[in-house]
Amino acid sequence: MSHDHDHHDHDHDHSELSETELRVRALETILTEKGYVEPAALDAIIQAYETKIGPHNGARVVAKAWTDPAFKAALLEDGSKAIGTLGHVSRVGDHLVVVENTPQRHNMVVCTLCSCYPWEMLGLPPVWYKASPYRSRAVKDPRGVLADFDVTLPKDMEIRVWDSTAETRFLVLPMRPEGTEGWSEEQLAELVTRDSMIGTGFAKTPGAAS
Amino acid sequence: MNGVHDMGGMDGFGKVEPEPNEPVFHAAWEGRVLAMVRAMGAAGAFNIDTSRFYRETLPPHVYLSSSYYKKWFLGLEEMLVEKGYISREDVAAGHAVQPAKALKPGKLELAGLERSMVRGKFARPAPAPAKFKIGDRVRAKNIHPSTHTRLPRYVRGHVGVVELNHGCHVFPDSAAMELGENPQWLYTVVFEGRDLWGADGDPTLKVSIDAFEPYLDPA
Repeated sequence: MSHDHDHHDHDHDHSELSETELRVRALETILTEKGYVEPAALDAIIQAYETKIGPHNGARVVAKAWTDPAFKAALLEDGSKAIGTLGHVSRVGDHLVVVENTPQRHNMVVCTLCSCYPWEMLGLPPVWYKASPYRSRAVKDPRGVLADFDVTLPKDMEIRVWDSTAETRFLVLPMRPEGTEGWSEEQLAELVTRDSMIGTGFAKTPGAAS
Repeated sequence: MNGVHDMGGMDGFGKVEPEPNEPVFHAAWEGRVLAMVRAMGAAGAFNIDTSRFYRETLPPHVYLSSSYYKKWFLGLEEMLVEKGYISREDVAAGHAVQPAKALKPGKLELAGLERSMVRGKFARPAPAPAKFKIGDRVRAKNIHPSTHTRLPRYVRGHVGVVELNHGCHVFPDSAAMELGENPQWLYTVVFEGRDLWGADGDPTLKVSIDAFEPYLDPA
């Protein structure tokens, strides 16, 4: 495609999006021509985030913690180390902290300053996680935020909000739903939602609509 | 810096709007931007703290009205220009019209993709013993650096309790300005919601941040 565009000529027939698209393509052209990036490597990075790295990774960790008390204890002690012992999930950095929801305490994760999020466990964050309403309100009015997700907590339950202000990353271990006695890890993993691992939702209950 | 990115506790942004079945990217260019940031970071053009600082220094009206990946793009382009990897002439032409600058460790090849897909390591050997231990009461300093910092405004001046010690990490305030890693002890410090938000605040709320030692005084 041609990069020889004049922005002023496009005011009437291009949306802001397509103007952005042109600028992004131009930058990739420049970086490629200068020998800084290899387009095939960019393709592979995108493909990894679209296909391999997602909340299914975190869901398997949660399901294992629900069925294996020794793993759960190790996970809460040192999240990165415990997950490192599982061959089947992507490698995590050194600083993953897993925080457990209990009947007394609900945990919720935010990054008020930008968008820090446990990518290896949950994939790329959803738009709402990175947007102003969540980032501004999660630390001040988490119950109001939860209401936006149709989630209500008991009045006297403690809410702990973890603001990810450094390179530590936080994953919520949601409570195991009732009625799942005897379920396999694979069955349980199906109940673990992305939002339940951020703390803006609960794990699904058996038989509930997804 | 006291920028609009430091949003904790601000009012008026409205409801959180979850999107059912949200795609990983909403347009193909978003993926290209993400991949360029990852690849240029892996190639050694900048560190993660510097890239955050360039997004924070976007003018407030641009920051607030741009989509997430638009902010990434604007921050990336400006940072690459200021660091001399590309020029305004390159950008105007839409092609490389000026010579490249050397990169260390260099271009991310497809074969070396792993380098960009594994999270960086931020722990460093301790240059000095930790000043605080778990259970200590600490006050977040009332500081307002005009450069990059990870101490959010809403905790400054408030007293919290040290809950976790994460060891020594790269200090973003130094790294973002390319002044070296300057490793510092990093703690999870937990605050009572009412200490932060006043008597009307949610009595069941506790909020923690991860605070580097230079952000804290004994209390």
